[in-house]
Order: sequence, then C-alpha cells, then structure tokens
Amino acid sequence: MEKVVLLGDEAVALAAIQAGLTAAYSYPGTPASEIMEFLIRNSEGGRKFTAKWCVNEKVACEEALGVSFAGKRAMVSFKHVGLNVAADPFINSAITGANGGLVVVVADDPGMHSSQDEQDSRYYADFARILCLEPTSHQEAYNMTREAFDLSEKFRIPVMIRLVTRLAHSRSSVETAAPREQNKDLPYGTWQDWTLLPGNARRRFRILLDRQKELLEYSENSGYNQLVLNPSGGRLGVVVSGIAYNYFKEVAAALPAEPSYLKVSTYPFPVARLRRLIEQVDEILVIEEGYPFIERFLLGVVGIPGKKIRGKMDGSLPATGELTPDLVARALGLPERTGLKTGDFKLAGRPPQLCVGCPHADTYKALNEAIREFPRPVVFSDIGCYTLGALPPYNAIQTCVCMGASVSMAKGGAEAGIHPSVAVIGDSTFAHSGITPLLDAVHSNTAMTVIILDNGTVAMTGTQPSFGTGEPLDRLVAGLGVEPNHLRVIVPLPKNHQENVKVIKEELSHQGLSVIIARRECIQIVGEKKRS
Amino acid sequence: MKYDIILAGVGGQGILSIAFVIDNAALEEGLFFKQAEVHGMSQRGGAVQSHLRLADGQIYSDLIPLGQADMILSVEPLETLRYFEYLKPDGAVVSSSTPYTNISDYPVLEEVFREIKKAPVHVLIDSEKLAREAGSVRAQNMVMLGAASVFLPLKEDSLKKYIQVLFEKRGPQIVQTNLKAFDLGRQAARA
Repeated sequence: MEKVVLLGDEAVALAAIQAGLTAAYSYPGTPASEIMEFLIRNSEGGRKFTAKWCVNEKVACEEALGVSFAGKRAMVSFKHVGLNVAADPFINSAITGANGGLVVVVADDPGMHSSQDEQDSRYYADFARILCLEPTSHQEAYNMTREAFDLSEKFRIPVMIRLVTRLAHSRSSVETAAPREQNKDLPYGTWQDWTLLPGNARRRFRILLDRQKELLEYSENSGYNQLVLNPSGGRLGVVVSGIAYNYFKEVAAALPAEPSYLKVSTYPFPVARLRRLIEQVDEILVIEEGYPFIERFLLGVVGIPGKKIRGKMDGSLPATGELTPDLVARALGLPERTGLKTGDFKLAGRPPQLCVGCPHADTYKALNEAIREFPRPVVFSDIGCYTLGALPPYNAIQTCVCMGASVSMAKGGAEAGIHPSVAVIGDSTFAHSGITPLLDAVHSNTAMTVIILDNGTVAMTGTQPSFGTGEPLDRLVAGLGVEPNHLRVIVPLPKNHQENVKVIKEELSHQGLSVIIARRECIQIVGEKKRS
Repeated sequence: MKYDIILAGVGGQGILSIAFVIDNAALEEGLFFKQAEVHGMSQRGGAVQSHLRLADGQIYSDLIPLGQADMILSVEPLETLRYFEYLKPDGAVVSSSTPYTNISDYPVLEEVFREIKKAPVHVLIDSEKLAREAGSVRAQNMVMLGAASVFLPLKEDSLKKYIQVLFEKRGPQIVQTNLKAFDLGRQAARA
C-alpha cells in the first residue's frame, strides 16, 4: 500500500498499469489527455507496456481492440466527443466482445470548459449494452479501473469508465494495491466471434443481450452502489451518482437529518435497491452530472404514481452546465450562502487568447487582409488553438463544429456557391480527420482553399506530438492529388506579411482546389526547447 | 480543521505550481486534500483558478461552496476580485498588486485595489518587484505562496521542502531563486 498524489486521470492510468496493462491508446483532448501523458511517462519508453498517442480516436479504439483479440489487457481513453469519432469500433466491440480486458475511458466535459458540447457518455454505454462504472473519488477511480479489467474478462465485454472534468482534473491522494502481471495465457479470439458477418453478428448480439441479466446482477450486488435508508430523514429520497455524490455529502450535513439516498456508481443501475428507496419516500431528487440519464429512466413516459420525481427535468437543478455544491444545496432546500460581493464593480472578462508571437496570429492577419476584397467569403474553421481566431482582434473565422469539419464544410459551402470558401485546420486535426475530406475535394476539384496551420504540435491540449507535420505533410497533401502549383507553403512571420497576403490572394482567386500550408513552430514548443 | 483556498491567476502564471507545493506539504503533514484545477483552453492566457481544500478529515466536494473559502490567493489583482463571492466574511485575501494586462478593457488599477481592500483581511504584495529582487520575474507565484504561508495551516519547512522538490530538476540556482522569492513574500506579508 502506497499513498500517492494523483489527478483523477492519473488514478485511472496508474490503476491500468497495475492491472496488467499491455497497451493503451489515445488522442489528446481535454479533460482526458493526462491519462495518456501519465502512461507514457511511466512506460519506460514502451519497455513496460505500450502507451501511444494515435492519429485519432477511432484508430486508437481499434488498436485497443486488436490487443484484446490477442488476449492482452488494453485501454483506450479520450474525451466525450472523441467517443463520437470512435463510435463505430466502440459499438461493435460490444458485439465481438472482449477477449483480453478492454477498458474504454471517456472523460465528459459538463459545462463545456474546453468542448463544443456536453454530451453524456452513459448513453453510449447503454446504447452499446455494456457496463459503465462512474467513480465519485480518486480512490474509486483507481479501484474501479482495476476492477474494470477483471469485469471485462469475466463478462467478455468492453467496460466503460466515465469521468467528468471535475474528477479528471482534481488532485488528491490514492492508496494503491499490489500490481498484477500482464496476461500470459489467454488464447487469441476465435474467428466466429470476431468476424461480424451477419450470421455471426446475430449470434453475438443475442449473446450480448442475454448477458444483460448478469450485468444487472453485478450492479445489484456491487459495493460501489450504496443504499442508505434513514427513517428520520423525511419523505425525500435522493438518487445521486458520480461527482454529484460529493456535493450531496458536502451540503447534506447542513440538513436537520440526512435524507435516505442511493449512490449509483455502476450501470445498468441497481434496480432492486432503487425500488427499495422509492418505497420509503414520496419524493425523489435525482442529482447527476451531465444529462438527466437516471432521471429519465426513472420517469419513464408516465412517471411513478404517487411519487414526485425532481431533478434536471423539472428545473430543481439546471439542465445545462456543471453542478456545484451550491446548486445541490438549493435543490435540497438549503438557504443560499454567498461571500463578499464586488457590488457594481465591472469585472472585465479574461477569455483565453492566442499567445504573443503565435504563428496563427500572423496567418490570420494575412488571411484577413487577403480576403477583404472578396464580397462574400467564408472561413470554415476547425478545432484547436486557432479556433480562438473567432475572437477579437482577429474575427477571422465563422465556424467550428467537429474535428475535420472545416474541410468538408468548405466543400459543401463551395458547392452551394460560396467563393472564396476557405478551410483553416491545424496539422494534427488535419491528420485526425482532414485527409479524407480533402481527398473528396481533390476528386471533385472543388473551388476552395484549405489552409493547413502547421505548428508541428497539438498545442491546445499541451503540445502532444502531431502526425501530419513538416515535409511529410507536404508529400501527403501532394499524394492526395492536389495540383503542385496550387500547393503553396508560407512562413507566417510579420516580416513575410506582404508576400503571404499575395500568396493567399492568388489561391483564393483560383477556381479550383488549392492548399496553403502555413508552417511555423508553435511558440510553446520553441519555449520548451529553450528551457530544456 | 478545514481550510479552503481559491487559487487564482492568469494561464501561464504558475498557480498549479503553488498548488503542487501546498498539496504535497499537506500530505506530508498528514492532512487530507482535494484540489480541482483547470487545464486546456483557458490556460492560454485566460483566467484560471483552482479550488484547494485541506482538512484533517474526509473531504467530499472537489469544489468549494460559495462563501466558504478561508483564503483567496491570487497572482493577479483583477483575478482576485473574480472569486470574491467564494470568500468567508472573515476570510483572508492574499493578492499580488502586479496587473497582468492582456485585455483591452482592464479596469483602472486603483479601483481594483479599492475593491480588494473591502475584504476585512487583505494583503497586497508587489510580487513583481519582490520576484525581481529574488532573481527572476517568473518567481511571482512563489512570492505569493510565501505571503500566504503566514496564514496557511502548514509549516514553513514543509512548504519549502516541496519548493525544492518542484524546482530541483532545473538546477540549484532556480531552487535558490524560488526559495528566496518565498522568503521575501513571507516577510512582506508580515510587515
């Protein structure tokens, strides 16, 4: 037993190592990036186990599936929207089933600290018909991840660990248990299970459905779920899950008596214990971080006769944003508390911004100047630091939807008559999801301009390695079939401004596909190199 | 015992380094702690904060409820004000007086100070001047930690031990600079 200080993300990573991990894969994304960063730091350069950043989440998930097929323990981790990218292998891995333990860690971002939505991954676990474990604390994050590998091998399905920002990025101490060796003796998967031809797939899906009873039984008996009945706690019962449990326990101490409650930490959730709680009370408050997942199941379409169900659906708690102890206190009827007020003093906001000396800033200045002379241009953008180009002083972009969408949307926009139709996309985002839509545009010779902002790194999430940068990127783009005289490389520096404006203007005027690679190293990387 | 701290600053000012030192010092002294921090987008020059909770028993919430923080420790004066509603009526404000003006609508500094001084317990520290005196303008975070150490329920030695741990990879010179920054901040808060 050792006590170590860890982020929630790191507690998951350490547990995976000590559960006998053979390989882990990921793509950077807040709030999940620190899982892979911890794994890489502790992999002894890959000698202990494999820990790799991948080109995107789908690839990461499939690589993990290959490890599971081989009978070894694998983990894949990403942010909630990363699971959208990996949805195909994820859903189908429930059909093939897991051979070696397969754990899928998804970090949701309620409140959208660094994301474009706050989707709740518990729906995905339910959709795939697999187990989902949702820790409330660092210790549970550690313990559950250890157990998730065993459960995956026991039930032969992938198991999801659902984190949220506040746990992923909270630090506390964790007691660790004795490490386990990597799997040695599991045979490979059998072709009948893993070749999802319709005949096999039907049989496999039946097996998955039949397994649901066992998953529920696990949940009914799991010690992570706790039913606490307090006869003096009044007619209100609380169903609480994940990080919300911490807020509930924090503030409930101020009530005259703690209400009866059910802590839900595993899904499918424990129905028998839920029934016992409901029988004891008249009113149920559901407190959960994310969507009203449990609450909607509980309400069904007609509700429960004679019982009042409160939560995010009836406005007792806000339907969007993160929960806080104060919001939970209010839902429990406790008086509001606040501290000092700054009165009518106007607190200027301080949004994130491009760093001083950022190459993207120079590219946007040149693009803004070049595009001015066109009557109705549109700049479709993508996901990365350069999305901050939407804000003053640049005001340079009009969209940001999902990884790679800049290129596909620019093509659609061009085909709807927009000219110039411009996509701006970072080098890593291009590698992640920009290559296939560019191939599409090459095929149609669409009149559009793709500007690849090559700063050589995944900057926003903490300068992880990029897979499509430098000279290999030029060759990749040329290899897709972009015409050599419309594949231009510029260096975004103030001294090159006039020249860059000229290049961009020329390509914006072109009535076919053009690609401009704006290449200069991220100044965070320059700084890191200087310091080391 | 329970001691809740809001750490505040601008992305890049090193508030997570302050948190590292306090977390580890607390663990060493047998305390429980939880520390919620912000990564990702806002680290690029935006407002950043961390909720740091110390206690001698179990801590549930990773976030501090409004009106319950014992201290706001901020490396930037405008950022100090952003979290005032978290402070207890008798809580302490330990704030740098050095503005970080990367926004065009930064308020008049004197007005910011006037608001800060409305807190019954407040210490305003010229962190830039003291950090320069210690040898590096980058050490303002350790100046502020030194100033806060006067109030924290942690021993000076435990804090200094983890300043050492934090910077030892960067060489003895940087360790000395940061320890000196801590001392100067501590002296200034006592004065």
